[in-house]
Amino acid sequence: MSASDDHVGKNHRGKRNAVLMLEDGRAMRGFAYGAEGTTFGEAVFSTGMTGYQETLTDPSYHRQVVVMTAPHIGNTGVNLEDGESSRIWVSGFVVRDPARRTSNWRASSSLEDELREQGIVGVSGIDTRALTRHLRERGAMRVGIFSGAAAEAPDSTLLEVVLASPLMQGADLTSDVTTAEPYVIPALGGRRYTVAAVDLGIKSMTPHRMAQRGMEVQVVPANFDWDQISQLAPDGVFFSNGPGDPATAEHAVDVMQAAITAGVPVFGICFGNQILGRALGLPTYKLRYGHRGINQPVQDLSTGKVEVTAHNHGFAVDAPREGPFRTPFGNARVSHVCLNDDVVEGLECLDVPAFSVQYHPEAAAGPHDADYLFDRFADLMAQAR
Amino acid sequence: MPKRDDIASVMVIGSGPIVIGQACEFDYSGTQACRVLRAEGLRVILVNSNPATIMTDPEFADATYIEPITPEYVERIIAKERPDALLPTLGGQTALNTAIALHSAGVLEKYGVELIGADVEAIERGENREKFRTIVSEIGAESARSWICHSMDECLQAVEDLQYPVVVRPSFTMGGAGSGIAYDESDLHRIAGAGLQASPTTEVLLEESIIGWKEYELELMRDNKDNVVVICSIENLDPMGVHTGDSITVAPALTLTDREYQHMRDVGIDIIRAVGVDTGGCNIQFAINPDDGRMIVIEMNPRVSRSSALASKATGFPIAKIAARLAIGYTLDEIPNDITKSTPASFEPTLDYIVVKVPRFAFEKFPGADTTLTTNMKSVGEAMSIGRSFPEALQKALRSLEKKEAIFSWPADRAEVDCADLLNLMKRPHDGRLSLAQLALWAGSSLEQVHEATNIDPWFLDQIMQINEMADVIRAADSLDAEFLFAAKSMGFSDRQIAQLRNSTETEERRHRHSLGIRPVYKTVDTCAAEFEASTPYHYSSYDEENEAFPTDREKVIILGSGPNRIGQGIEFDYSCVHAALTLSEAGYETIMVNCNPETVSTDYDTSDRLYFEPLTLEDVLEIVHLEAQSGNLVGVVVQLGGQTPLGLAQALADEGVPIVGTSPAAIHLAEERGAFGQVLARAGLPAPKHGTASSFQEAQLIAVDVGYPVLVRPSYVLGGRGMEIVYDDSMLADYLERSTEINADHPVLVDRFLDDAIEIDVDAIFDGTDLYLAGVMEHIEEAGIHSGDSACVLPPITLGPSEIERIRESTRAIAEGVGVIGLLNVQYALADGVLYVLEANPRASRTVPFVSKATAVQVAKAASRVMLGASIADLRTTGLLPLHGDGGTLPEGTAISVKEAVLPFGRFHGVDTVLGPEMRSTGEVMGIDDTFGVAYAKSQDAAYSGGLPSSGVAFVSLADRDKDAAIGPVRRLSEIGFTIVATSGTAKFLRGHGIEVGVLRKQHEGRGADGEPTTVDAIMNGDVDLIVNTPYGVGPRADGYEIRTAAVTKGIASITTVQGLSAAVQGIDSMQSMQPGVRSMQEHALDVARLRAEADVLDGRG
Repeated sequence: MSASDDHVGKNHRGKRNAVLMLEDGRAMRGFAYGAEGTTFGEAVFSTGMTGYQETLTDPSYHRQVVVMTAPHIGNTGVNLEDGESSRIWVSGFVVRDPARRTSNWRASSSLEDELREQGIVGVSGIDTRALTRHLRERGAMRVGIFSGAAAEAPDSTLLEVVLASPLMQGADLTSDVTTAEPYVIPALGGRRYTVAAVDLGIKSMTPHRMAQRGMEVQVVPANFDWDQISQLAPDGVFFSNGPGDPATAEHAVDVMQAAITAGVPVFGICFGNQILGRALGLPTYKLRYGHRGINQPVQDLSTGKVEVTAHNHGFAVDAPREGPFRTPFGNARVSHVCLNDDVVEGLECLDVPAFSVQYHPEAAAGPHDADYLFDRFADLMAQAR
Repeated sequence: MPKRDDIASVMVIGSGPIVIGQACEFDYSGTQACRVLRAEGLRVILVNSNPATIMTDPEFADATYIEPITPEYVERIIAKERPDALLPTLGGQTALNTAIALHSAGVLEKYGVELIGADVEAIERGENREKFRTIVSEIGAESARSWICHSMDECLQAVEDLQYPVVVRPSFTMGGAGSGIAYDESDLHRIAGAGLQASPTTEVLLEESIIGWKEYELELMRDNKDNVVVICSIENLDPMGVHTGDSITVAPALTLTDREYQHMRDVGIDIIRAVGVDTGGCNIQFAINPDDGRMIVIEMNPRVSRSSALASKATGFPIAKIAARLAIGYTLDEIPNDITKSTPASFEPTLDYIVVKVPRFAFEKFPGADTTLTTNMKSVGEAMSIGRSFPEALQKALRSLEKKEAIFSWPADRAEVDCADLLNLMKRPHDGRLSLAQLALWAGSSLEQVHEATNIDPWFLDQIMQINEMADVIRAADSLDAEFLFAAKSMGFSDRQIAQLRNSTETEERRHRHSLGIRPVYKTVDTCAAEFEASTPYHYSSYDEENEAFPTDREKVIILGSGPNRIGQGIEFDYSCVHAALTLSEAGYETIMVNCNPETVSTDYDTSDRLYFEPLTLEDVLEIVHLEAQSGNLVGVVVQLGGQTPLGLAQALADEGVPIVGTSPAAIHLAEERGAFGQVLARAGLPAPKHGTASSFQEAQLIAVDVGYPVLVRPSYVLGGRGMEIVYDDSMLADYLERSTEINADHPVLVDRFLDDAIEIDVDAIFDGTDLYLAGVMEHIEEAGIHSGDSACVLPPITLGPSEIERIRESTRAIAEGVGVIGLLNVQYALADGVLYVLEANPRASRTVPFVSKATAVQVAKAASRVMLGASIADLRTTGLLPLHGDGGTLPEGTAISVKEAVLPFGRFHGVDTVLGPEMRSTGEVMGIDDTFGVAYAKSQDAAYSGGLPSSGVAFVSLADRDKDAAIGPVRRLSEIGFTIVATSGTAKFLRGHGIEVGVLRKQHEGRGADGEPTTVDAIMNGDVDLIVNTPYGVGPRADGYEIRTAAVTKGIASITTVQGLSAAVQGIDSMQSMQPGVRSMQEHALDVARLRAEADVLDGRG
């Protein structure tokens, strides 16, 4: 029993040695998972049954404690290809049954080892369905995970610490996640367009999808201004996904307005959609518990077709769903809605070349149904020439 | 796009009898479809030959035809009903093939019937292997390298390229019939030869072996706006090489990264588009090489399949229901999600639990059958379970199977286990393989060794190791504290398993657990992992933190279902359970269903007010009772409708203080325990065949001499005629005892006089404590001694007169009173020399309840359910659930004759003898109904076997001596109506002596003649014989007959093994020659019976 010796007994963890403390006072006890210690963040649940590696490495999850609703996590370990950035971004990870044995031909490491190595505090053995129902009813909220020695403090103390942690609403997190220096993702199979991608927390699949369509992607830091960007002579400007409250993203809104004014085609995803909303003068708001999963039905209002899409957003744009509306840049309309709850999932300018979606056409994790949006971006750039 | 307004009526074709590979999952899908279509205001015309289905209840369609599902009969129904459209995708391969045949013959065009749900070209693209391969390669995906062959020569050529082993798959067969893996040339001849035979297009595919690869399935749906969603991914724990129907399967897929899963999804979507399934569902199978991820598309089913039923139950997404609505024009986004009610159906369900399906086999019924699992499906049923982890779901599934040996157990000592032996045994995929793997892992084999032997994914094996480790902890712990016990329970350990490990009793362990306050919680299947609120109470248990199933404050009844299908306990019992749910809901009770069979209508969350998808063990049922008793008034638990499974729990439930509805456990005991039942009969003055109980050979011999040979011998306490045989003398008795059973004081053997030449009669009745309603009297066509489940029967009985029926009525009443029945009672009688012997009585719903309901046009199970809850038969007569006067024993003159025929799975078990006996082996049944017995019987044969009875040709006859005299009449008639009779020499000589012209065929042991004259088997294999009559010899070598019967199975030729069967068949052939039978709907039949009853009432002066 050589190969599996070190696993034996690992599932009988004895006493529960970790606490998940919610800001409304509910405490759930589980087992230390990943690194031991203390962490805080906004608890959100993700309903994807695959793709935990992509989720963990998605910068949009910065400062969030992610709860996986799928019960078995870690089965396929982690590998060198599926990360959406160079590190894990979640501030904490809540699972029910972590895998003890990794099984996949691409795996380079076990998930738990990876979490430990990157110092990510997690908790396992939690009734994640109960927790999800709680978050659904009460909304996303701050939580703390305390494991090992940290879990031994009385609940009242733990609660105080959680209540003292920062709120997501009003948080400007872009500077935490954006690249320090510009970098280039070369086009695959010959360059046809140059795109400036404003990194608000970009996932690596996004420039890859563009590169597949002949776009050379110049990823730039979020603090680049329009002058710096326009020097790249881009055919289009892309605004990525990212964490935080869009209400704080003044700089990005300014840059986008400048791009639109300059007549350069603009495409936004997720946070980028909220930026476009704000650029058009629309308000954004926080959803009670957000959309996080890879099974969300979104309808393209121009064709009536439904696409199954990957979502990860806690905020949304408030826009009139019926017909076009006036904006500082001419008419615009809602292009996509989520059929589950009618949340605005896409915006389209009718008089200038700009559009955006709230969900993730780059998928990773998730279905590829919305791939066509990258083609649409290419088309816009072609037309603008 | 909303509903089409150009379709006002739709024909739905069912799947016919339950057979291996096509079971009651199609009753579930068909029933859903009928419900939906009627709710949409369409007129529904249904065809299905299987009377045991819910869908054939008159209330589920506007016109219900229980007629053979053949193009000829379906055309007659189309001509009569003139439907606008035909929906063929919900009745399995049978419906699809029939629809294609109707299309090809121009029938659909002739009557202006539009095929909806899938067009013929799409079906063709999905099912024709060559076309499908082309599609796969066009979308840039890979198929296994393969060759299409139309002859054995082509097969041999192909193997030169592919090398052995090769997989053989015939085109257009269901459940993988005729397919297999050939390791050498002799295998190839056998498997591909049969496959060419089985394929309607004489076509087989040979392909490179991908045995041992990971196997997956996707269930997809597409609407007419080209929206596609994946409903469910399924991962087979058993790798490639084992038919998915025989594999342990898991949902969702658990060992794929998102990239791999999305690649599979992309390919699946490209395929459904390219094939052109534009309104409905399909199932696509994939294989993945575990070493490098190479993905191969195996096949698709362009229709609702067994896996669709599983996926529906696993996710809560009702595929058949949605498919039916898509077929009439809706799009996915227009259909609300049934469970949330607030979100649309155009999404992909996400699961926060694990579903495990395990197959149930019946190899013990087919000695000689090969138990190796291959690409040819062999299981007869399945159980599904839901848990919050794989170990929990797996262990729940294994105990749901109701097979003791399937449940994980741990010997006292590791040294008892021979790991090398186990590792060797588990290389061959067979029904007990998982237990071997578990045991070997426990006893010291490494995960790598077990993986190498089985190719089961290491992740699954590690989960099993964790179960084993927990077992060791349970065994070693001084005492189980709350934290440990909770951990054990959350890995699915039952109280009974814990008791086994701790040398205590299940009850002790349960008390201990309850004293620590540890009970399961109940979660909800909601399609969305709790993202949205669910409004449908579809629950499963888990040992987890939060309970979310809150009982109501209503008057409630719990109905226990019948668990996995098996031979002897199948859809017939589900029928009764569903009827109870429907009628008791109507009567104002909250109905709560407990069952674990994903194929059934009872586990549709629409059937009852609440559904608990749970194993039917005492522990699991007690926990549900405990939960439901928290609030409202639990009137009781219904145990008499689900067959032996719930009946077996009755006493233990009563002992725990759970109220049992209807017949009491004490009364059940009176009927089931032989001594007690003997006293009931003695008190009522009813005769039973002489019998005794023996604990040794000497005792058995004495009893046999006393009661007189032949005798029927069987171990005590067995079901379904298990191990039962008829023996004719001392040496056969000795042989039986040596071969079949142990005999001692703890395991006595029952010895009964066997009534040779008796007429066997099956009776279903309802008793309310005062009145008896004789629901139906069925006369068996085969003699007594053949299991009632395998015997054809006719209702009304054709040879019994009113006085005999009256005796049956009085005897049945006496038994019902003596036992104390409240509800249903089934009695089997044998009528011999004017004496009505009681063979056995079962105080529960029988297998024949649905047949009786249909033949007599009375909802027997509904009436019985009401009686169980206190209604009187007199009440039910006035409210219309039962006829005002008369009963099933007094069907008026002119009532149509109904024949039930059993369907046997011999085609699946090569080499198994087809002779019928006291052990039940049929998987399903069909019904034929017409004005005369002959036509009704012929219809039943048409429905049961492809081709049915021949109308002309060569009949081969070989008779046992004791059958010869009785066979003269029917054989002569065969000859008169144009058959050429051939026989073996002895039978030929005898028949000639009676003036019948007979040719002679050589017996097998005689070999071919000097000039190459064929043996009987040669003649059969050459296709020179159209009908085989071969009655077995009571005593002596059976080899010759066996070869003949086996050849008949191979060639699919009608084969009759009893004289009574011959007689009925001749009447059938005779009447079919003289007329073309009509078709009648069940609704017309009900009106006929009502009219005839009214006319009879007028004559009797009651009108």
